[in-house]
Amino acid sequence: MVKYYETSTIFQFNWEQVAQGFWRRYPNPHSSHVISEDTISREIKDGKLYSKRLLTKTNRVPKWGEKFIKHNNVKIIEESIVDPKEKTLTTYTRNLGYTKVMSVVEKVIYKASDENPQWTIAKRSAWIESSVFGFSRAIQAFGLERFKKNCIKMSNGFNYVLAHMFPLTAQMMNPSLSQMGFADKAGEPMIRLSHAAEDLQHSFQDKAEKMKDAAKKATDLAKQKAGSIQTVYASD
Amino acid sequence: MDHREHMNSLNDTCNELKNQYDKCFNTWFSTKFLKGDTNDSMCASFYSVYQQCIKKAMKEHNIELHDAQINHLETDKEKMPQS
Repeated sequence: MVKYYETSTIFQFNWEQVAQGFWRRYPNPHSSHVISEDTISREIKDGKLYSKRLLTKTNRVPKWGEKFIKHNNVKIIEESIVDPKEKTLTTYTRNLGYTKVMSVVEKVIYKASDENPQWTIAKRSAWIESSVFGFSRAIQAFGLERFKKNCIKMSNGFNYVLAHMFPLTAQMMNPSLSQMGFADKAGEPMIRLSHAAEDLQHSFQDKAEKMKDAAKKATDLAKQKAGSIQTVYASD
Repeated sequence: MDHREHMNSLNDTCNELKNQYDKCFNTWFSTKFLKGDTNDSMCASFYSVYQQCIKKAMKEHNIELHDAQINHLETDKEKMPQS
């Protein structure tokens, strides 16, 4: 059983900028979970740049998952191919070890956006898998939720780095987004939301609507009561 | 800036070599590779000393070198959408 997930993110920077920023996207204010980053292989084949990096990240596990995952750090292998002629950057990341407990594979293709060639679209696919008997569904669901949250962190962090590397481009962007790059307003909503972010937003909106409804009902009820009290008083 | 300028290496002893290599690589990537120059000799010396350090560090951290070095992208191991 594999959970498959797809999402796209737009970066308001051109492909060359995004490709340069990719190597420098850590550290950023949203990447405190990334501990180390190393290039472990790199070569040029057919005019394309093939790289492999080893990343270590902290791995927060829910209480019920502690019996499956004891170590706190997770090791990640990030393969990438930069094709300067086609202007594509393809990345493929997988965790090293613990793949029976939870394997998260993510592929991202960065290329010029069809709607604006000065922008870059990141098409992200993810496969989340677990083979722990009796727990695989719970682990997969947890993995997917965490993945979605990390997508938001990832694009916020990447935008922050891009805005610092290319301040002129950032200035021409939507002002609130470029400001975000300079004054780290962690956790603020992005202008261009990834689907994952939008999903979360919708659920917040739903909650907000429900809260509003509930509040309205309570107010109405209070008014009614107050009204009836008033009527009682009035009838006195 | 309120955050670290550089990422750390897996092992602190490689930090300096990593930063020197990364700096060279980023310059090469922007000024050569993206402009169509695929000669990568510019950072080769930084790369080789850094690699010696990081490979040793990976062994010390008990990282399965073989597993780390296997290619998945563009091989039959690569996952396909909706698979």
